[in-house]
Amino acid sequence: MIEERFDAIVVGAGMSGNAAALTLAKRGLKVLQIERGEYAGSKNVQGAILYADMLEKLVPNFREDAPLERHLVEQRFWIMDNKSHTGLHYRSEDFNEERPNRYTIIRSQFDRWFSSKVREAGAIVLCETTVTELVKDAYGKVIGVITDRQDGEVHADVVVLAEGVNGLLGTRADLRERPKPDNVALAVKEMHFLPRETIEARFNIKGDEGVVIEAAGTISAGMTGMGFVYANKESVSLGIGCLVSDFQKTGETPYDLLERFKNHPSVAPLLEGSEVKEYAAHLIPEGGYNAIPNLYGDGWVVVGDAAQLNNAMHREGSNLAMTSGRLAAEAIFQVKSRRDPMTKENLELYKKMLDDSFVIKDLKKYKDMPALLHTQSQNFFLTYPQLVSKALQNFVRVDGTPKKEKEKTTLKQWVAARSWTGLFGDAFRFARAWR
Amino acid sequence: MHIVVCIKQVPDSAQIRVHPVTNTIMRQGVPTIINPYDLFALEEAMRLRDKVGGEVTVLTMGPPSAEDSLRKALTFGADRAVLLTDRFFAGADTLATSYALAAAVRKISNTYAPVDVVFTGKQTIDGDTAQVGPGVCKRLNFLQLTYVSKIVSIDLEGRTIEVERRSEGGVQVLRSALPCLITMLEGTNEVRRGSMQNALNAARATVVKWSAQDAGVEDITKCGLRGSPTVVKRVFAPTPRAEKAALVDPAGRPPADALIEEIFKLRPKLEADMFELARGY
Repeated sequence: MIEERFDAIVVGAGMSGNAAALTLAKRGLKVLQIERGEYAGSKNVQGAILYADMLEKLVPNFREDAPLERHLVEQRFWIMDNKSHTGLHYRSEDFNEERPNRYTIIRSQFDRWFSSKVREAGAIVLCETTVTELVKDAYGKVIGVITDRQDGEVHADVVVLAEGVNGLLGTRADLRERPKPDNVALAVKEMHFLPRETIEARFNIKGDEGVVIEAAGTISAGMTGMGFVYANKESVSLGIGCLVSDFQKTGETPYDLLERFKNHPSVAPLLEGSEVKEYAAHLIPEGGYNAIPNLYGDGWVVVGDAAQLNNAMHREGSNLAMTSGRLAAEAIFQVKSRRDPMTKENLELYKKMLDDSFVIKDLKKYKDMPALLHTQSQNFFLTYPQLVSKALQNFVRVDGTPKKEKEKTTLKQWVAARSWTGLFGDAFRFARAWR
Repeated sequence: MHIVVCIKQVPDSAQIRVHPVTNTIMRQGVPTIINPYDLFALEEAMRLRDKVGGEVTVLTMGPPSAEDSLRKALTFGADRAVLLTDRFFAGADTLATSYALAAAVRKISNTYAPVDVVFTGKQTIDGDTAQVGPGVCKRLNFLQLTYVSKIVSIDLEGRTIEVERRSEGGVQVLRSALPCLITMLEGTNEVRRGSMQNALNAARATVVKWSAQDAGVEDITKCGLRGSPTVVKRVFAPTPRAEKAALVDPAGRPPADALIEEIFKLRPKLEADMFELARGY
């Protein structure tokens, strides 16, 4: 065992772990951060979009040296069937601002930089070290961790679990249940290498401008899921993910989905001639508000993906992770500065702070959405996208049919597919879940 | 005893790619590792230290980023790390590198404790020359033990070391006086992971950084590109051989005979030579 005691041990060096370790270290606490990867970011997978506002709260001048790819000036939402996409695109010159709001990033590079800030703030960062177990005292209070290194037990006043979506440690220590198959999505991703000019021409951008495409529809084969295409500087990140329970039910494979998505006539031209640089797979917490486990206890708090803090509707995760990490650290700092022990009662402050933030407010807003999309996945991801596509094609195709007749045909198709009660019911349920 | 281990940070050759258009090696973004051969040297040095006491200093010359490799060596359990970094060192070949490293070993000897043994890997995976170790040795005027597969024993009072050395014919058992330089053969051991305390120490340790001046380099013209007579004339990717394998139909003959006949058909000179050779018997 290590004789030396720490104020806090942070398990994991992803977005939430780095946010927590950085904040704790800046507040003058003695912090040990433990990461299993070779370096921070070596194991971390994300699309990835960075949300500037939440990072500014941690590293105000991050734009000076963080490895950023492109700032986003355009967002495209695509509803897809097998041959078409119906798009809603928003592009604005306002996004070419001095301090842009969102960036594409490559996590392996970004996290390394983020981790260097944590080190500079004074935290000790140990990589290539896996925490295998939490140490509890006779009363069940978490008092430290055991790592896979020789003589690897270390004690601290509090352990911040930023261990990621699988959350093996917390599960093993009976702090929470394992994530359920219908609460996590399995996403697969590829990085396609293309010359800068080619990317700029294909996405209609210049300089460091970037584009995000988010797509849903028949590409997920009736399962609850989404695809994405992000433009980086010299690569395009592209991926697709669906609920694990849906993969189980349908027997579809993520690999097939990705192949189909890549070969979709709307996507393939964006990637033509590219070289695949990297591929990855990752679980994403999608259970929403109802899947959030206990967030704190005697001697521990849980943050980020491990706490299921992910807004699937808005494809936001890293910002919730950074915010939860920061708030957990602030709560710990407050308890510490009152010289109070790190008990469950005192750490409830973290939950209160999180409840007051956008994190829980947003997740609460969409609390019924996961269940709705899950039970209605055939309708929302197959039937409606096909109907939308047919309707739009009917609308734009000029073939001598009187417009009135066209509209009637479209309406007939919708009613035939879902019936009037079905249509109203879906609209009502969706509106209610959105509210 | 005091052992210095010279390591080199090299690009991870498993992840190097050749640029599809220019045919040059794309070094950018390629992860770096400690030259794998050096790990055998480091582990052997630490085992020796654990057995007889003393300390292990790791030394490298490279850009500031080479600190990563040194810190890793500290995580494994080395006691001290010295980084020789200076723009004067840039572009060094094996001659200039061994000159700078030898100066640093002397400086280490004077600053911390007299050096008894210098360990290096047998060669690097990026240069493959196997020249730097012997070069350092010669400049230090140490005794040289290359391709060592095993440290048999060390006698600190008698100032001798006994090692096994792999040679073409077999294994040599050699006894040498100290100080000496040992280049360690691969596969002789497996580098340890380092304990939790090692890892904590490494995370906190300050890597000693020396410029040419700090290291006591006397003649700066012998360093870096200026001190390097080696000229890279051309870098190219070898073209794959165009020859294809042929299928030999034995057509009733014994397969070996058929094969030899086919080979002699393609290489008539070989056949003549073989007969000439056979006549002698």
